[in-house]
Amino acid sequence: MSAEWAMVIGLEVHCELKTTTKLFCGCPNMFGDEPNTNVCPNCLGLPGSLPVLNQRAVELAMAIGTALHCEIRPSTFHRKNYFYPDQAKDYQISQYDEPINVDGHLDLPDGFRVGIERAHMEEDTGKTTHSGASGRIHGSDYSLVDYNRSGVPLVEIVSCPDMRTADQARAYVTELRAILVASGASDGKMEEGSMRVDANVSVRRSADDPFGTRCEIKNLNSVRSLGRAIEYEADRQIALIEAGERVVQQTRHWDEGAGITQALRSKEDAYDYRYFLEPDLVPLVPDAEWIRAVADTLGMMPAERRARIVDLLDEAGGATDSALLQVATVVDLGLDDLVVEAVAGGVGSALALARTANEAATDAEAARALDSKSYVELLTLEASGSLSATQAKAVLAELFVQGGGDPAAIAREKGFEAMSEDSLAAMVAEAVVAHPDEWSRYCDGDDKLAGFFTGLVMKATKGQANGKAVASELRRRRG
Amino acid sequence: MSAPRPALETATLVRAGEESAVDVLEHHLAAIEAGEESIHAFNLVTADQARHQARAVDASVAAGRDPGPLAGVPVALKDNLCTRGVPTTCSSRILEGWLPPYDATVVTRLAAAGALMIGKTNMDEFAMGSSTESSAFGATRNPHDTSRVPGGSSGGSAAAVAAGFAPLALGSDTGGSIRQPAALCGVVGMKPTYGTVSRYGLVAFASSLDQIGPFATSVADAALLFDVIGGHDPLDSTSLNRPTPRVLSVLDDGVDGMTVGVLTEFLDGAAPDVVARVRQAAEALAAAGARVEEVSVPEVTLGLSAYYLIAPGEASSNLARYDGVRYGVRVDAEDTVAMNTATRSQGFGAEVKRRIMLGTYVLSAGYMDAYYNQALRVRTRIIDGFALAYARCDVLLGPTAPTTAFALGAKVDDPLTMYLSDVCTIPSNLAGHPAISVPFGSGDDGLPIGVQLLGPALSEGTLLQVAAVVEATAPALAPPGISSGEAA
Amino acid sequence: MAEPDRLTRQDVAHVANLARLHLSEEELDLYTEQLSVVLDHAADVASLDLHGVAMTAHAMAVTNVLRTDEPHSCLDRDEVLAQAPSVEDHRFRVPRILGEAP
Repeated sequence: MSAEWAMVIGLEVHCELKTTTKLFCGCPNMFGDEPNTNVCPNCLGLPGSLPVLNQRAVELAMAIGTALHCEIRPSTFHRKNYFYPDQAKDYQISQYDEPINVDGHLDLPDGFRVGIERAHMEEDTGKTTHSGASGRIHGSDYSLVDYNRSGVPLVEIVSCPDMRTADQARAYVTELRAILVASGASDGKMEEGSMRVDANVSVRRSADDPFGTRCEIKNLNSVRSLGRAIEYEADRQIALIEAGERVVQQTRHWDEGAGITQALRSKEDAYDYRYFLEPDLVPLVPDAEWIRAVADTLGMMPAERRARIVDLLDEAGGATDSALLQVATVVDLGLDDLVVEAVAGGVGSALALARTANEAATDAEAARALDSKSYVELLTLEASGSLSATQAKAVLAELFVQGGGDPAAIAREKGFEAMSEDSLAAMVAEAVVAHPDEWSRYCDGDDKLAGFFTGLVMKATKGQANGKAVASELRRRRG
Repeated sequence: MSAPRPALETATLVRAGEESAVDVLEHHLAAIEAGEESIHAFNLVTADQARHQARAVDASVAAGRDPGPLAGVPVALKDNLCTRGVPTTCSSRILEGWLPPYDATVVTRLAAAGALMIGKTNMDEFAMGSSTESSAFGATRNPHDTSRVPGGSSGGSAAAVAAGFAPLALGSDTGGSIRQPAALCGVVGMKPTYGTVSRYGLVAFASSLDQIGPFATSVADAALLFDVIGGHDPLDSTSLNRPTPRVLSVLDDGVDGMTVGVLTEFLDGAAPDVVARVRQAAEALAAAGARVEEVSVPEVTLGLSAYYLIAPGEASSNLARYDGVRYGVRVDAEDTVAMNTATRSQGFGAEVKRRIMLGTYVLSAGYMDAYYNQALRVRTRIIDGFALAYARCDVLLGPTAPTTAFALGAKVDDPLTMYLSDVCTIPSNLAGHPAISVPFGSGDDGLPIGVQLLGPALSEGTLLQVAAVVEATAPALAPPGISSGEAA
Repeated sequence: MAEPDRLTRQDVAHVANLARLHLSEEELDLYTEQLSVVLDHAADVASLDLHGVAMTAHAMAVTNVLRTDEPHSCLDRDEVLAQAPSVEDHRFRVPRILGEAP
């Protein structure tokens, strides 16, 4: 996109809640079961059926609201009326002008704040499969409907149109996903459809201009698609305007294969949903105690977890860019508690972070299951010089295999004795004697040669020597 | 036909083993056999099912188990109550042949009480009407005069009880659909407080107004049936979770010290013979020890208009599900929209289509606030108006219907005239209050008249107490001569 | 409070479409007339000054009706599908769907 133009992006994310049962009935909320086996009069829209609200779904909706810094309010349910085969009652029970969560925000990792307009509850539709080779609606003769998903609880999170770049949009979705998972509300699987993103995109010439006409883009199945689709759509709108045409407000479908958005053929002009208060349900008024209980049981959000470790790094002198990447990694993988406990146990923050981001991350699942006491002991052995980096990595791998254990004992079993001071000094002496020129330059002040000698000693000891111990012996020798 | 035996007495005899449920049932099936052709109260007589239930009741008694407070009593069910495996049509072509895979809560409770489901009764299509003439399967006739309507929408249930086909029946009341046919057929009919009887399994017409209620030949029997079907149901979010008034026990307490208000606005639109009976009932209550005075609740005159905005609005949404996709009739077409349209156009009758369109219109963009929301404000005013009256009175008294039963075909071409039949019954639905119609003599044409008692929310006990006195002092009404082959 | 205009034939055609009902020309005329009469009668509601009066959507003021997140037994699939107008592959079959869901 050229620098003459600016884009405005808002995102709507639908998140399936991780409840045992559906929003308004006790049918199992299960992905992948045999079609039409998880159905009842309510989610099939049979005559005479009635909805009853799932308490756990409300709690998870409140957890999301809390995590997004929303105000949690008394709320009501409305009917959104429209005909469609996957809509069992031909209306959806949703929330309209009195949603449960309003006025929140989400801060991107770089600190940019995106406003959250609302996050409300609604029920999901059934799933339609279309006959014909492409599986798309266009060109198919008939369709088949499975109502297992009908009535599954959703929270729809609507952002303010605060984003200005595709990168911000991607970062928003990534961070939101992490928050939804951390809050226990969702498993955040975009590819499986438990988290669905629609993007609203418009363009304008400058930030002082009012917003342009926006288009809604659907069918974004990954963060990568989101970025590509936004860029494409912005370019498309710019080209239209520069050619003297208007952008038409419409819904467009992202075609991943062709890399384009296409206008959806819709049968109706603007939909008239005829929203009215759902007479079969009563208002939801969570009291202060319930709201507090939800907030209290909410775990730490990704932003807090990252800040925790950055604080530790700051205390030790500051965080480099590569360290910040490591911080993001350990938090994403759920390994940040290990880092914090290691530092609490006396291990240096840089070592704790690096070892976790690099080695522990190779088997994150095992690392998460690991008893943190063993981990801290291991890192302490390394930090004190009793184990070399190579040895420490080997012991860690063994801890993973065993699912825990005593690092000192494992080290002994592997024959990783710390080298005695004498044998270390002797190894250093050998290397020094073998390379008098380099030794002389090192003594004259060429500190870089410490690495050269350390390398020799490591090679000679097959990695058993402790690098730091070698370095300090070299300095001692130099005087 | 001799005066029907009260359900309470039948149940007592069956429970004691002094009468067999099978015999009770056969007696009523014989009455149906003899008289149903001229009345058409039923869409379906479930004889085999009822016999099966009757045998089970008798077996329980023989085994020393108590079958329940309605043991061996045949009950007719309005055909908008879901009965598992038994056709439930709402008297509409669009549900012809539909077998629900589940029972309504009230159906389950009846079965648990030992009652026998004798049949599904005819009704106005989807409960929309005041005469049962909009049924897709033909009108029901008033047992007192088969050239007249039984009232509606629960006309079949009212007629079944009036004709002696069953001592008890269930109907539904959204704007008067139990009380008005009860009045026209000379039986007792009650709409309870909104939320006291579960709506789970009642095919919805207007969700915030619909309530299931009893038809019976006496106030005591109505109380018995209400006690069985009422009570909290976790499957219905609008079901009240507090003790439902138990009413059978208070019936003999009399009206000494009570204040009864005669609702003047209701008298305004009623025929002179109806007004005369209301005044007669008022005098009877005064003679029995109540203080009777005239009371004005001007807000009730807005009820009709508000109702015809709220009810069709909710109905248009409740009836959207009849789209030919999951159940019921389907008229095939090239695409789904065409299929929905053909199915609904051919499956629904004219009155239903009228109300769906009216409801869609009042909810649609631009009109929502002027119509629907405005009607919800009127509702508040009606509730407030009633509250003022109930600060002075225990119950209110008025007509149930403005006239006696009108002739079949008399009002079908003029929907608005038909809607005016509900002017005395609608306000209670809007307010969620209980109300009961008690037979009180006949009109100039010899046809039944019912007087209506209204009370504040959860006042069923008081209401029935007063109703019992009204019943005790009511002038005799000639029973319909249609059973046992006697000429109509 | 501003009153909406009288119901037109076009209005009725529009709501019939929204409600998936097909009306013949005669039906369109008849229903327009009949519905107009009802709405005229309802105009007395529309014209009231009820500014400041709260709406009552539920006659009985109840809040917070909830159920625990525990499964109930579901319907028997065969019993359900036996009532369906058209079934394929244990799913409800419908003719071609022309537009995407809103």
